[in-house]
Amino acid sequence: MIRLENIDKVYRTDTVETVALSSINLTVQDGEFISVMGPSGSGKSTLLNVIGLLDVPTHGRLSLNGDWISSYRDRALAKIRNQEIGFVFQTFHLITDLNVVDNVEIPLLYRKLPGSQRRKMALEALERVGLTSRAYHFPTQLSGGQQQRVAIARAIVGKPRILLADEPTGNLDSHMGDEIMEILQALNKNDQTTIVMVTHDSRMAERTGRTVRLFDGRQVN
Amino acid sequence: MLKNYLKIAFKVFLRRKFFTFISLFGIALTLIVLVVAVALWDHVFGPQAPEAHADRLLTIYFVHAKGPRGNTNGPAGYAFHDRYVRTLKEPKTVTVHSIFLPVISYRHGTEIKSWVKNVDGEFWQVFRFNFLEGGPFTSDDEKNGNRVAVINQTTRQRFFPGESPIGKAIELEGRPFQVVGVVSDVPMLRFTSFADAWVPISTRKSPMYKTEFENGMFFSTILAKSPADLAKIQEEFKGMLTRIEYPDPKSINHLTGRPETLLDTISQELCNGYLTTAALIAMILFMCLPTINLININVSRIRERSSEIGVRKAFGASSLTLVGQFVIENVVLTLIGGILAFVGSQLVLRTINHSGWIPYAQLTLNPRIFLYGLAIAVFFGLFSGVYPAWKMSRLHPVEALRGRES
Repeated sequence: MIRLENIDKVYRTDTVETVALSSINLTVQDGEFISVMGPSGSGKSTLLNVIGLLDVPTHGRLSLNGDWISSYRDRALAKIRNQEIGFVFQTFHLITDLNVVDNVEIPLLYRKLPGSQRRKMALEALERVGLTSRAYHFPTQLSGGQQQRVAIARAIVGKPRILLADEPTGNLDSHMGDEIMEILQALNKNDQTTIVMVTHDSRMAERTGRTVRLFDGRQVN
Repeated sequence: MLKNYLKIAFKVFLRRKFFTFISLFGIALTLIVLVVAVALWDHVFGPQAPEAHADRLLTIYFVHAKGPRGNTNGPAGYAFHDRYVRTLKEPKTVTVHSIFLPVISYRHGTEIKSWVKNVDGEFWQVFRFNFLEGGPFTSDDEKNGNRVAVINQTTRQRFFPGESPIGKAIELEGRPFQVVGVVSDVPMLRFTSFADAWVPISTRKSPMYKTEFENGMFFSTILAKSPADLAKIQEEFKGMLTRIEYPDPKSINHLTGRPETLLDTISQELCNGYLTTAALIAMILFMCLPTINLININVSRIRERSSEIGVRKAFGASSLTLVGQFVIENVVLTLIGGILAFVGSQLVLRTINHSGWIPYAQLTLNPRIFLYGLAIAVFFGLFSGVYPAWKMSRLHPVEALRGRES
């Protein structure tokens, strides 16, 4: 379960103070699939980054799977991200110098696993997204949809309980977007993976269990 | 994990060929200069034949003489060495020998210039020459003024091409000397023992040397029984200086000096005793140039690699893990530079050896120098990699994913 209590996020520079999130209270139950919608600059990605422990809230507190995040020290956060969370980004963020299976292995590099087991798990994850045949291709040799499927394989290879997807279909045409949504829905349904997905696309949002709307950093529903 | 790091390191190196070339060129050039410098240093000061047991050798190169008529500074005369150094109790053996001097000879009307050194019989016990033919002359040869000579292999080739010179006469300064032994060439940089021909001191044309005291052209080299005795010898020498009976006290009445290694002597003359420190500082400063260059290149790669850093952080890499990754990349790069440098150094050393710039130079990349070079390369890699790696690892993951430096 993900729980946010009175989360504020304020960015300060010498002259400007920008409120990205204000008094966010949100609970996402285990196995839930929610979407976050709102106009550009409404704080959707910031919310996802706070949930994913990539960003630290200015005020408020957050719990993941029942544990309140009490320490924001680099190593502790890195461990939680590695064990509990998977990320899917709009622009895929695959490492172009590595082939597909090496990209998928990345989260496992930070666990004490033998190379053979890492490789096995990575190939299994690729199988789940239907890309085993492309395991030794490089990202630039794949279509956008295929790259996003690799990114999903990377996100799920470590079997995280939470998957955070930041506009995963934003860079894809509708056909490829549908394919990605089907994979996400299957993960949610079959593995009970909790998914929080940011999207601009109301058609995609309708396929999730619940939609949270943000406007100027505030929750509006 | 290491395999993954290496894989991506090589991909990055190949993708940024120009940066990789600049980095490798800087590393390799610096290491070549350092390795050649270390080889030269080792050649001059290291324990190599005929001074292989350098840890038991001390030489009195220069003495400083003071008196009512002024000061002098330079090699002492034979009388001082013979009377006061040869009679020290602590050393195992003491040899008195001159500086090397040029002599002109003629063979079939062709002028041949050679460096000749006057030595006593003990010289061959203190220094360990590699005899190719014959053997050394003795203390009796020195006492009796026998005109005998030990020559090096190049002199053999010049005067006796294709034949054995043993028992034959070689003409030096217009006088014949009977060759009794042939030794391997000694590089000129082995300043203490180098010559083309070694002849007894007593064969000098003029006997004037026998009375020269504070001012002359002789060194004495002391072989200690063990390295632990060196300090005792220096102490005994110091005590001896206070008991000198000066032949002409109205001219010179105070002498200072010290049996020491060539490194100590040169260090004292050039840098007030801090030659090694000065060399180390110069080496570090010299290394700083390509290191700063490498740091700049590495830092400039941040923007390009920020997405990767963001991804790795998002999937569980801590800052420390990322520092490790980038340092490994840098060490790999410097080790490749190190390999290139060793190949390059080998070529440079061979060129120096064959060029004749340093007579009989035998500069080699021995295992010790190889290890120095390897240590330098690793140090270099760590030194130039840690700061950029730290800077890279500090990128905020959100900013890194957006492709921005924090």
